[in-house]
Amino acid sequence: MGSKIVSLGHYQPSRVVTNDDLAQMVDTNDEWIQSRVGIKERRVADTETVADMAAIAAEKALAGSGLHADDIDLVIVATCSSADRSPNVACRVAMKLGLGTPAAFDVNTACSGFSYALALADQAIGAGAARHALVIGAEKLSEITDWTDRSTCVIFGDGAGAAVVSRTADGEEPGISPVVWGSAPGDAIRIESWRPYITQEGQAVFRWATTAIPPIAREVCEKAGYEPADIAAFVPHQANLRIIEPVARKLGVVNAVIARDIVESGNTSAASIPLALSKMVERGEIKAGSPVLLIGFGGGLTYAGQVVRCP
Amino acid sequence: MTREEITAGLAEILEEVAGVNPEDVSEEKSFTEDLDVDSLSMVEVVVAAEEKFGVKIPDDEVQNLKTVGDAVNFILKG
Repeated sequence: MGSKIVSLGHYQPSRVVTNDDLAQMVDTNDEWIQSRVGIKERRVADTETVADMAAIAAEKALAGSGLHADDIDLVIVATCSSADRSPNVACRVAMKLGLGTPAAFDVNTACSGFSYALALADQAIGAGAARHALVIGAEKLSEITDWTDRSTCVIFGDGAGAAVVSRTADGEEPGISPVVWGSAPGDAIRIESWRPYITQEGQAVFRWATTAIPPIAREVCEKAGYEPADIAAFVPHQANLRIIEPVARKLGVVNAVIARDIVESGNTSAASIPLALSKMVERGEIKAGSPVLLIGFGGGLTYAGQVVRCP
Repeated sequence: MTREEITAGLAEILEEVAGVNPEDVSEEKSFTEDLDVDSLSMVEVVVAAEEKFGVKIPDDEVQNLKTVGDAVNFILKG
């Protein structure tokens, strides 16, 4: 028994923070930021919480699915920036949307979170433990950003993306391939209790992402039965344009439209993949039914990826 | 390998990774100040150098490689 993504939704706060805005706060400039990370602007939440953003994205995905709130029996939220330990974000989303009594939990694997959550939903549905799941990536990184540190504050943004994942019909091909997931030693990305701001060793992260991720992404394609050249869209975690572009090149996804949402959204950690994917589908950039390669990677270090059928 | 051969190899890498004119590359040149190689391009240079010269250059070491000569010394040692 397989599962598939039925619909997507996303939410970004209305407040835009441009590179020029940041240049007023720290010693930086638009040219430096664009050449180092490829970001032009990012969205920053005002009063919205992680759960608020997650719920709005989920509500849109649910509306697009044709399902009722009561049909959802599983909610998984990927986040590393929720301030509350309980209730978890998934329970708050269930309450806000009036979902009834779904199983509800959060996962934290930082930037790879959405791909982990999607795999867990696929496995739960495959095991018969759920029929219709909401899988959400939501982050309020602005709350854990050191706004006086010019090496990190230019990178991150807030937002949420969500997918409704349902059991496939009898005889229908699975719409989510078996996950390739794992972790690697290295604490190059940290959000620690003694200093609750995102800290990273940029060079170490860059080296790992550009050298370790391409072979892992190739393995994801192999496991799904595709060649990289068959992939219609490549949606990697939106970490840095200078990671996205070489990874795509080394991987050889030569016929794929490549997600570059980082340019207008910054790095939104676990939200970046569903946010980028939802916007690409909304703009009609990916044909329904075509294979989309997702690969999350980040803090831990952790990674996870799968090929999904575009809804 | 001689120092000159390593310098020439680094010049090739620098041209490919960061568009540096090979004629500008000499041992006293600083990667960041003189050759305008930023911190991420420096990682690409290091990864390419590891492959070309069969050495391991750990992340901690990268920041100590200020000049082309520093890199030549490190590669000769490794």
